[in-house]
Amino acid sequence: MSSLEILDLKTHFPTPDGIVRAVDTITLSIRARETFGLVGETGCGKTVLGLTIMRLLPPTATVEGKVMCAGRNLLEVNEAEMRKVRGEEIAMILQNPTTSLNPVMRVGAQIAEAIQLHQGLNKRDAKEKAIEMLDAVKIPSPSGRANEYPHEFSGGMKQRVMIAMGLACDPSLIIADEPTKGLDVTIKAQIIELIKKVTEKKAMLLITHDLGVARELCDRIALMYAGELVEYATLREIFEDPLHPYTRGFLGSLPDRGLVPIPGMTPSLIDLPEGCRFHPRCEYATDVCRQKHPEMIEVEGGHFVRCFHARS
Amino acid sequence: MIDYILKRILQLIPALLLVSVVSFSIIYFAPGDPAETLCTGPDGSANPKSVEEFRIKMGLDKPLHTQYLIWLNNVLHGDFGYSYQSENPVFDHIKKAFGATFKLSVVSLIISLAISIPLGIISAIKQNSPVDVACMVGASLGVSMPNFWLGLLLMLLFGVYLHWLPVAGYGDGGDLEHILLPAITLGTGSAAITARLMRSSMLEALGQDYIQTARAKGVSERIVIGKHALKNALIPVVTMVGLNFGYLLNGSIVVETIFGWPGIGRLTVDSINMRDYMMVQGCILFVAVLFVAINLLVDISYRYIDPRIHYEAA
Repeated sequence: MSSLEILDLKTHFPTPDGIVRAVDTITLSIRARETFGLVGETGCGKTVLGLTIMRLLPPTATVEGKVMCAGRNLLEVNEAEMRKVRGEEIAMILQNPTTSLNPVMRVGAQIAEAIQLHQGLNKRDAKEKAIEMLDAVKIPSPSGRANEYPHEFSGGMKQRVMIAMGLACDPSLIIADEPTKGLDVTIKAQIIELIKKVTEKKAMLLITHDLGVARELCDRIALMYAGELVEYATLREIFEDPLHPYTRGFLGSLPDRGLVPIPGMTPSLIDLPEGCRFHPRCEYATDVCRQKHPEMIEVEGGHFVRCFHARS
Repeated sequence: MIDYILKRILQLIPALLLVSVVSFSIIYFAPGDPAETLCTGPDGSANPKSVEEFRIKMGLDKPLHTQYLIWLNNVLHGDFGYSYQSENPVFDHIKKAFGATFKLSVVSLIISLAISIPLGIISAIKQNSPVDVACMVGASLGVSMPNFWLGLLLMLLFGVYLHWLPVAGYGDGGDLEHILLPAITLGTGSAAITARLMRSSMLEALGQDYIQTARAKGVSERIVIGKHALKNALIPVVTMVGLNFGYLLNGSIVVETIFGWPGIGRLTVDSINMRDYMMVQGCILFVAVLFVAINLLVDISYRYIDPRIHYEAA
């Protein structure tokens, strides 16, 4: 049973300099109770994909394709129904907890807001529940902390609040955007532990640039490059049998694998290279890579890759 | 908090002393003489003898610093002196004039807020739409239009042509009929500035990450704007509205003069014209105290709007 299915999703932003192809024909499905990692460098379109699912993009964006959830296409439901989806069915934990919490609202009230909205609880019960949520994300003395403001929390604590907010209405899918960005190593490990625990029975789309985090949390991983997926397999296959040169490069840049950077820069999403989008940075590139755009092929059961030379 | 307020009040003392010294000397060195002004009748020049008598009676024959110290000593004992003109206590005059100014200020503030806050919010939500452009052109007009001109136009339209409202005057203790035109005149100018600020701070707030968080929770756009964004956007607006109210309370000389409103601004100008030293001193000191008090109130109110601010008497 899949929790979310994305079919040929395209999110483009028309700008005076040209069209920004932030998400370009992406197809993937997230199964119930699995953690799916979407991994890629900054600016490859990961966050835009998350925001497209939630329909939180600016009105200038043009979206094509399908986002199927519980039998309906989320891109076609009306705004009122979409508001019910947000927070209740799908919760998104946005990046940068420091700026993502409202500075002039009490933390407890910010969590209680969604509970009141979706579960029809009154103010007092919603606040009770918010305190329970703070307790669930291991915030000490939660009833006191609920009355404090975000600036009274540390970075790691704010991230816990964001997670509590996401979990508050018991959604079936959580989209977590860079939940460990900007945290100390020890705090990062705690947050990973926490996410692992609280999302055990939920589907999660983890958006990250950090393969180390993905390795801790994910069942399956998709590598995203310049707006499209380049490889997509189980965690084990990605780490043990990476097929795409980008995946190999990404793995090679991990601290425990030598910290070797991928040469070159990510291309601009306005002016994408002809042929394979990765060829200017690829050491195996041949003429066909420069001329033709490779399709996603299934190499073995459930292991997809977008490369002409994957098996050669 | 109490420490902070006490400290701020202590800081006022040197500022107020300086204000009074400067105003005392400026009016002293200005040409004209209260005794001569007062003793000059309709039929020619003043009688030198009565001028001399008046000077001695009012202590104007003493050196400047002695006059100042006498005045200061009296003020510290709660005595602001007597008007040379009416011979009534200065404080009574100020109390009456301030009542009139206060009424006018409150009504103009209400008018100003009622126009500016909704317009600023609508402009921000409908950024770059015709509505936004219309609001902001209107605001530019409002800022650039001089008070006296707008006042005269309103007077002409509603007073002279339409006969809806009285042209000028205080009426029966400043009733609504009489207050409307001067209040609109004063209110629109500040509304224009406030609307622009409201728009820009609303736009800034709407671009913040926490707005996206609220939307991701499934909060409706009305609450996103009216609660999450507005609470943040109001912080700079409150400062400006507070300062604005301070200016309003000091009395607008121009508007009070045009509309014949017996407020503190007009009282000050009339006293200056008549070289009524005691009255001028009293007015200036009163207005100065009022202005700093409003500033203090604005600073204190921050604490309640923005939880990130804490005052400590350091």
